[in-house]
Amino acid sequence: MTTTDSSTPARVPTGRRRIGDVIFANTASGAGALILLILAGVAAFLIIQSMDSLRANTVNFFTTTDWNASTREDPAFGVAALAFGTVLAATIALLLATPVAIGIALFIVYYAPRRVAALLGYIVDLLAAIPSVVYGLWGVVFLVGQLRPFYDALENYLGWIPLFAGPVSATGRTMLSAGLVLAVMILPIITAMSRDVFHQVPQANREAALALGATRWEMIRMAVLPFGRPGVIGGAMLGLGRALGETMAVAMILSPSLVISPFLLQSGNQTIAAHIALQYPEATGYGVSALIAAGLVLFAITLAVNMGARFIVARRKEFS
Amino acid sequence: MTTTTTTPSTGSSGDGPRLSSSSLLTGSLPRSFAPLLLAGTAVVVGGALFALGLFHLVSFAVLTAGVYLIAITVASRAVEGGRKAKDRLVTGVVYCCFGLAMAPLISLLWTVLVNGLKRFDGYFLTVSMNGVIPSMDAGGVYHAIVGTLVITGVAALISIPIGLLAAIYLVEYGKGRLKQAITFFVDVMTGIPSIVAGLFVVALWIMIFGPGNTSGLAGAISLSVLMIPVVVRSSEEMLRLVPNELREASYALGVPKWLTIVKVVLPTAIAGITTGIMLALARVIGETAPLILTAGIASTRINANPFEGQMMSLPVFIYQQVRAMGSSGDAGIYAEERAWAAALTLILIVMLLFFAARLISRLFAPKLGR
Amino acid sequence: MAKRIDVSGLHVYYGDFLAVEDVSMTIEPRSVTAFIGSSGCGKSTFLRTLNRMHEVNPNARVEGKVMLDDLDIYGPDVDPVAVRREIGMVFQRANPFPTMSIYDNVIAGAKLNNQRLSKREADEIVERSLRGANLWEEVKDRLHKPGAGLSGGQQQRLCIARATAVEPEVLLMDEPCSALDPISTLAIEDLIANLKENYTIVIVTHNMQQAARVSDRTAFFNLAGTGKPGRLIEMGDTNRIFTKPEKKETENYITGRFG
Repeated sequence: MTTTDSSTPARVPTGRRRIGDVIFANTASGAGALILLILAGVAAFLIIQSMDSLRANTVNFFTTTDWNASTREDPAFGVAALAFGTVLAATIALLLATPVAIGIALFIVYYAPRRVAALLGYIVDLLAAIPSVVYGLWGVVFLVGQLRPFYDALENYLGWIPLFAGPVSATGRTMLSAGLVLAVMILPIITAMSRDVFHQVPQANREAALALGATRWEMIRMAVLPFGRPGVIGGAMLGLGRALGETMAVAMILSPSLVISPFLLQSGNQTIAAHIALQYPEATGYGVSALIAAGLVLFAITLAVNMGARFIVARRKEFS
Repeated sequence: MTTTTTTPSTGSSGDGPRLSSSSLLTGSLPRSFAPLLLAGTAVVVGGALFALGLFHLVSFAVLTAGVYLIAITVASRAVEGGRKAKDRLVTGVVYCCFGLAMAPLISLLWTVLVNGLKRFDGYFLTVSMNGVIPSMDAGGVYHAIVGTLVITGVAALISIPIGLLAAIYLVEYGKGRLKQAITFFVDVMTGIPSIVAGLFVVALWIMIFGPGNTSGLAGAISLSVLMIPVVVRSSEEMLRLVPNELREASYALGVPKWLTIVKVVLPTAIAGITTGIMLALARVIGETAPLILTAGIASTRINANPFEGQMMSLPVFIYQQVRAMGSSGDAGIYAEERAWAAALTLILIVMLLFFAARLISRLFAPKLGR
Repeated sequence: MAKRIDVSGLHVYYGDFLAVEDVSMTIEPRSVTAFIGSSGCGKSTFLRTLNRMHEVNPNARVEGKVMLDDLDIYGPDVDPVAVRREIGMVFQRANPFPTMSIYDNVIAGAKLNNQRLSKREADEIVERSLRGANLWEEVKDRLHKPGAGLSGGQQQRLCIARATAVEPEVLLMDEPCSALDPISTLAIEDLIANLKENYTIVIVTHNMQQAARVSDRTAFFNLAGTGKPGRLIEMGDTNRIFTKPEKKETENYITGRFG
């Protein structure tokens, strides 16, 4: 007994070690696989549950603007207006946020004194952490009221552009307001991405520009912006993805109607996400299933945008 | 040697005014010119607006910025030339961008603080809305705080092990197709709109329990879908920062791989991982949309059991009160006050998490990083 | 072209730290002046103060005078941007703009000063500068390919072409060959010999043979001690410095008995 004990200890622990390793490695890869499973589940369940209503739908899902789904028979609903509103709101947000975000990123990296820059980095991250429902509350109670005179001025001077045609909504709860709040929400995302790529511009390139007698702006245009462009575009598309899927701010601010309307200063339009949040509590019959179908469309749109963003960012990595 | 009279032989290529040393003396505006001009513009614009009776903080700021940008560009173009003028213009624009970003943040924090404090007190934090009818000047967020803590807690219990283990897999074990697939789909998952995560659980729940079943657990699972990819991403980044020499040193001592990971790699990266997890929590704790779908929006009583019944949470509470703001009379006012106070509570919790995360990373990371 | 630089009583500080102490020297036009000395003795730092590139570092500041002919480049009305156009710089590591073609790299600086440059003028400048940098024959068929695709030595000559395209008076070179193989180094040294006909050239080098080969005058820098500022020990004709140094420190360094 004692002899076998003394001769084997070198083997027994190795055996146990292997078991430990196997268990641990399998648990870890199992967790990884579980993530794939969850994502597959998201897609699968959404598709399965939306089938009910899509099969029963009496009109074309993609071209109809109406939403009469909360019935037990003959539902008629479509995402045309919702998809339009979703893209419109996100586009407004993107157009407003991107230039400002680039400006802030440049400010943080190249203009602000170093101490201030560190603090600003903090603040940008904090801005990203504020819950969207709080943005919504602030937007609907405070901002919307402040915007009214500005909208009146817009209509007065730029009313001849169809986008700004009157009459201005009395409440200010318009597509432009929703887009504005979305812009504030995606600002930190685009800023953070742009800031990171601007930080990565090699000092050698910046010095090369300065040594040629470039001013700070010329240095930025010559060395920083071309280098950072793919990163900025990637960040903008991530922001776009976020704006497309954002629910609460739109649900709380926009006074919705299911039309396709280009008039930003009037109430109207609606986004998929906000529509789901508003309709779900009252959905009956085919209602829930129809909302899931709408969610599927949103999922597809954001997926496409995000993959595009990843692709652009990845291509930049190959370059450098 | 000192007299450079030989220039004509080579000076043909570009003799212009810039060959004279006086070209270095391009005029320049004094250093204090820009701030003085800005102050002057502000005074003039402010005075004019007051005189016209049109003073409003926003129009004042916008007009001042606009006038200043034009003035500095014109002045600089006249004295310093076009290139310098453009540089000054861009500098001004970049500063304006910064101001533009600060304005909503300050405005938001200020309004939440001022409006929230009206009702933010011990009573508000310690009572629920059970039995409170709209016209009553009563009620609080206790039930919503409990719900938020339970739901986020359960979400964290689900997400942290899965996310951390997946990150370990990616960094320590992963290779080939599965690793690529996980990396790619974690990226995809980061982009899932929160409402879709809610719908996923709705669809799942319908298949298991039939329609109309809401609970805290359902809410927690929907939040996990949002939280897992964030945890994976940040943990992965932190694990990659652990130098390979540490792992090799451990292997050289005959320590098996899994023990190396548990005893060497994880402790080294733990500060960064914790920070990442807390930031992920700060992000999902404010999620509203998925909870509306999965945990219900009508609950008014204290419910700490995630497996049964509707569960209120702070963000949903805010939303619920905003929807009640349209009520007539005092009911609307009370609802708005409750919404602001709840928003203040929520922001305080998020900030607490945020700063705790930063503090952890600052206190522990430098010593362990390298 | 080509101007004289007169430095008197120059101190360079990083924050409170005195990095270079009390340098006075004259750099003659149409000649090559080499700065030699051990690492960290402040020669590169000093070089960067000659076109105010040290101002990229917000902590760095300078006391003293640097005269470009009869003008103080630190004078109150002098714009650093204009200074750098007159005094070009070539860096230790070749740094062509990675997003630009060879052509765009060369023309980048010239475009700043003359934004309405016609295509023909631009072509002329590019060809002249690339010929001046002995690079034209090698790249004339791929002018619109990325500059990053060239070899290290070619990239460095591209950077020299880019610097000369602006037609500066003075060309500062901060160890331009330290990252290059011997053949590329030789090419650059030949180029420097050509360039000095038109430019005032200052070159920092670690390589004493290089200093002896290319320069007309040599300045030796050394630290006064660990943690002490760098100083100019002596300066003179290259031949004399390498054969009959006046200071013991210089002799020790040159003969390899350092310390």
